[in-house]
Amino acid sequence: MENVIQRKYFEKLHKRKEMSDKTKTALVTIAAIVFALIFLMPIILTISNSFMEPTEIQSNYGSIFETTEKGGKTFVSKTVNLKLIPDMVTFSQYYIVLFKSPEYLLKFWNSVIYTVPIVVVQLMIATLASYGFSRYSGKIKSALFFGYITLMLMPYQVTLVPNFLVSKWLGTYDTMWAILLPGFFSPFAVFLLTKFMKRIPKEVIEAAAIDGAGEWYVFSKICTPLCKGGIASIAILLFFDYWNMVEQPLILLSNSDMHPLSVFLSKINAGEISLAFAVAVIYLVPPLLIFLYGEDYLVEGISYQGGIKG
Amino acid sequence: MKLLNIFKKQNIDKGKILKKKKLTANERKSLISWLFLLPSLIGVFIFFVAPFCVVIYYSFINNPIQKVFVGLSNYINVWNNDAFRPAAMNTLKFSLTAVPLAVVFSLFLAAVMESRIPFKSYFRSFFLSPLMVPTASIVLIWQVMFNYNGIVNKFLMIFDQGKIDWLKSDQAHIVIVLLFLWKNLGYNMILFMSALSSIPKDLLEVAALENANKLQIFWYIKVRYMSSTILFVTIMSLINSFKVFREVYLMTGDYPYRSMYMLQHFMNNTFASLDYQKLSSAAIIMFIVVSVLVYFMYRLEDRYGKDIEG
Repeated sequence: MENVIQRKYFEKLHKRKEMSDKTKTALVTIAAIVFALIFLMPIILTISNSFMEPTEIQSNYGSIFETTEKGGKTFVSKTVNLKLIPDMVTFSQYYIVLFKSPEYLLKFWNSVIYTVPIVVVQLMIATLASYGFSRYSGKIKSALFFGYITLMLMPYQVTLVPNFLVSKWLGTYDTMWAILLPGFFSPFAVFLLTKFMKRIPKEVIEAAAIDGAGEWYVFSKICTPLCKGGIASIAILLFFDYWNMVEQPLILLSNSDMHPLSVFLSKINAGEISLAFAVAVIYLVPPLLIFLYGEDYLVEGISYQGGIKG
Repeated sequence: MKLLNIFKKQNIDKGKILKKKKLTANERKSLISWLFLLPSLIGVFIFFVAPFCVVIYYSFINNPIQKVFVGLSNYINVWNNDAFRPAAMNTLKFSLTAVPLAVVFSLFLAAVMESRIPFKSYFRSFFLSPLMVPTASIVLIWQVMFNYNGIVNKFLMIFDQGKIDWLKSDQAHIVIVLLFLWKNLGYNMILFMSALSSIPKDLLEVAALENANKLQIFWYIKVRYMSSTILFVTIMSLINSFKVFREVYLMTGDYPYRSMYMLQHFMNNTFASLDYQKLSSAAIIMFIVVSVLVYFMYRLEDRYGKDIEG
């Protein structure tokens, strides 16, 4: 008798637990959806607003960016109207940006010529260096590696002072090389790639060595191909970082014609605000494509960073 | 004929040298591994280490022309500077609130993502997406949200709350913390997710069998196992908290409201005035503080990391 009661009690308990588990999952899912919407909001807003007529943007957001009073006839509402759906979908913003105002495209091109060489060259140097760090490690090497980590963790405001001095000495100040050269040797890729290299099983390398493979062969034909995923993920992380650079151009380039779009976009004034969203979308396209195609690599790359030590 | 002989002789000599070196094959190999490191080492030395030594030198002399050793007076000047101390305090205040929040929230997010929720991979992408959104687009949206006539205030007005000038009052602190969290939570979440998935499953099963409740499992096993990741996330968040300058600068320019005036603004404005002494000593103060923090956390990771393996 007692047994039956007990069993019934447990069954009830079990059922209740199952129920609460289900509601819990539902609640968690709803919370996650709300959260995800908040996270996505800026992107959605930017994209949807880029399809509005410039005049519509002016009337919606004009009050924010209007610094001086103008006697223009355009209607500017006192408060901001947040609109997700444009009154009329047009490509007029894009048309003006792409065909009428060359300065945006020029700045976009600036961003490209800073970002792409830095990503490529930093990775090449880092692939070599990380192989050097992962093989025959000794006390000197681990001390050096610790130095790289410290350097990597320094905020830009510390490393920019040395960069600034070097650019003055080499006469590269105010040229693209002032930004490119320090970028080539930045230690971030070395740090991360060394972690990937160290995970290659020693047996693989030893087997190749027994077969008579030289160091260069081991490096170029075995280790580098095995780190392909790592290289891809670091390339993505580097691209995001340098695509957004703000500090370096501000300090190393006094000529604002050479600034990348990331800096230029922020200086857009009231008159051009109607185009800002289209420019922002154009600027978003390369990282967005990279993100969509390489998300798994990106996740892998970030996961590998956990823990400072290799 | 003679030439050929010489050539042959040389070849033999080369062979001899090679043989000699083969005796210490390991040494040779480790020497080669240093060759791989060389490009990176040279670059880091030229662009970071050497100029940094000059920065140290500059911080101890009165000016680059007279070069009179002045001891610590540059440091004292910086420390007593009217702009430096509030900037340092603001940066400290920001880091102390933003970093713990980032760690706790991203751990929470990771825990939610680990539980059974549908469309997990979509949510992961959504939370990670701020990583790729260009700073300039973020700034645009943030201004629309938090401007005096912006959306947040409009929303507050519905509830009869007074308008707050978010970007030009002490509330600015909240705005940048929110921005920081939005930008960094996804990245931290990935780090925690990979740590959570590496906890041995049998351990969790044993704990469940022994009637440990979920909170206990989370607190005594999961958090314990992730301690090194938690430290790493803390370090990375700290480093990224220095980078929030980008957004603040793009939103509010060189001289923002005083509660947003960060160390980085101080550095930037000192760059503008080309005061090498101030610049050098401020950079070194920052360098020392960051190094001490990193060293301290490194040691902590050492201690806790060992605890788990043993």
